[in-house]
Amino acid sequence: MASEGGERGERLMTTTRRRPDLDEETPVTPELEKAAEKAESRRGFLISVPAYGYLVLFFALPLVLVLVYSFASRSSTGRTLLEDWNVESYRRLFSDLVLEISARSFLLALVTTLLCLVVSYPFAYYIATRTPRIRNVLLVLVMIPFWSNFLVRTYAWRVILGSDGFVSQISQAFGGEEIRVLFTIWAVLIGLVYGYLPFMVLPLYAAIERLDWSLVEAARDLYANGFTAFRKVTLPLSMPGVVAGSILVFIPSLGAYVTPAILGGARETLLGDYIVSQFLTARNWPFGSALSFAVMFVMLLATIFYFRAGAKTL
Amino acid sequence: MQRLTRLVALIAVIAMVLAACGSDEGGGDPGTTVPDTSDEMVACEADEVDGDLNFYNWTEYIDPELIAQFEAEYGVDVVEDFYDSNEAMLAKLQSGAVYDLIVPSDYMVAIMIEEGLLAGVQKDAVPNISNLDPFFADPAYDPGGVYSVAYQWGTTGLGIDMSVVGEDFEPSWALVFDPDLVSQYAGGISLLNDPRETMGAALKYLGYSLNSTSEEELQEAADLIAAVKEYIRAFDSDNFDETLVTGEFAVTHGYSGGYFTAIDDTEEGWDRFTYVIPEEGGTVWIDNMAVPTTSEHPCTAHTFMNFLLDAENGAALTNWNFYASPNAAAEEFIDPEILEDGTIYPSDELSERLEIITDTGDFEINYTDYFAIARS
Repeated sequence: MASEGGERGERLMTTTRRRPDLDEETPVTPELEKAAEKAESRRGFLISVPAYGYLVLFFALPLVLVLVYSFASRSSTGRTLLEDWNVESYRRLFSDLVLEISARSFLLALVTTLLCLVVSYPFAYYIATRTPRIRNVLLVLVMIPFWSNFLVRTYAWRVILGSDGFVSQISQAFGGEEIRVLFTIWAVLIGLVYGYLPFMVLPLYAAIERLDWSLVEAARDLYANGFTAFRKVTLPLSMPGVVAGSILVFIPSLGAYVTPAILGGARETLLGDYIVSQFLTARNWPFGSALSFAVMFVMLLATIFYFRAGAKTL
Repeated sequence: MQRLTRLVALIAVIAMVLAACGSDEGGGDPGTTVPDTSDEMVACEADEVDGDLNFYNWTEYIDPELIAQFEAEYGVDVVEDFYDSNEAMLAKLQSGAVYDLIVPSDYMVAIMIEEGLLAGVQKDAVPNISNLDPFFADPAYDPGGVYSVAYQWGTTGLGIDMSVVGEDFEPSWALVFDPDLVSQYAGGISLLNDPRETMGAALKYLGYSLNSTSEEELQEAADLIAAVKEYIRAFDSDNFDETLVTGEFAVTHGYSGGYFTAIDDTEEGWDRFTYVIPEEGGTVWIDNMAVPTTSEHPCTAHTFMNFLLDAENGAALTNWNFYASPNAAAEEFIDPEILEDGTIYPSDELSERLEIITDTGDFEINYTDYFAIARS
């Protein structure tokens, strides 16, 4: 021990970066360290028990049920028979109808995500570059819509977009025609972008806000113009926000059910609508379960891929 | 060690949940055997009550006054819960929810009988059952009326905005399926977001049965809907009455009773709006009161059925919700205006072309899929 301390003392002579008192006052043996680690992890486990319980009860178990049901069969009265296990439901996933519906939903979710991104980025950038006071006010404003129910807000859009609604009245006041936006794909897009905008703004804001502005400054000092500095520095550094926001918007858009039904008049069959109809009109729970599971699986793969790809650009 | 603790905790949680599910199923799932009512249910006497009534009904389907009257008369509370589709009600019951009285439609009664979810009707406890029109006493979906008692009946047809369509129109499905006609209406039309109703309407227009089990006929019906799709502005089962009277759509497809209340509430009323049953025929449906096997207060349920089958109470129901009554004795108390209305009580000639939707078994899947194809 003494010789060790001596060595350390010697080293201290040459380098002052180390503080000797810490090392010497707490003699650490591997056993004690391990025990402390164990105690720590036990505490961690105890704290996480409610979370584990919650996840198992309300997430894992229902998911397992969905998986089990997807291999079951439908009785002619529409009851789910937990026998005659088969993969027929999964085979049907590759029918033209399902592929067409999936493609349409995918496209809608993609456009919604892109629109959200285009609208949110400048907005988040603006918020992040304000003084803290104004910043907080703006953030609260972004979150205010969450204080009222999504369904109510969607119905409000129905009033705004209806043929005698606000938009149409303005157009008519200026001598224009009656505008019929409600029950078109545009109304669905407006509703979706409106509904999911905060999910894009908040992660983007978080990413831009903690950005190291000295890097942007450095880029400008090295003769990068504003656009180049944005493209080479700001955008790559805010990429985690872009990735997180896109995922948060894309996933619910893909399964959107309420907005297309209320604002789009359910004119096009989308995935959410098709899955609901399996449960409530065809009473074909196995196929509905298989559809749900397939959507989840594809989304999981896409998310992993997207995160990996996003991580590479960092 | 730590892993083991975690594993044990996980298994314990799963076991607890499974145990909970298991006991739930024991209570909620009556199994596949058709229940023998005399064994499982206590025998009830007329006017007997055995607790509060848990009543699971369609929205806006009963006069609150009637509920209050029943509560006052028998000294029990009626706890109401509502649904907007037979399938939603079925799903809730199958998941173990407990109700004393439900109101399933015709085809759903057949399904629920087969699934063993309905306790029989104890006719001794419902003496007013003799007030039923004989037509409703022995329906095809429940031969002999063993499990259900008719509540109200009505039709599915078209709501028309005559300020757009004109006063002078043929009451035909062509109003929604003939592209030459439909294209003329500013505002467009809406059809029900229900495969059986909407495919059924198209099948009727083509001259087929709305219970068709032919894929060719279904394909034709889907093509018919697809051909007018650009004029169909919405597939909507919830707001068909509202979108008509607000002038959003020119013609909407929906259930009779919904329109009557909505049109009565408008300024122009029946001068501008009307409801028609298309001459090709359409859906007629019968909703029924039934007691689930899981009912905890079956005697109150029977007493309530008997209460509604009373001549005056039955008439009050119709005078409030504008659906036709299966209660023959009630007719003398129903507003003459309602009785004479051919869209509430269709003529015998038209009635012959109306059909009840029957469950087509596995073919239901095709109805859902062809409906999805029609909308693609």
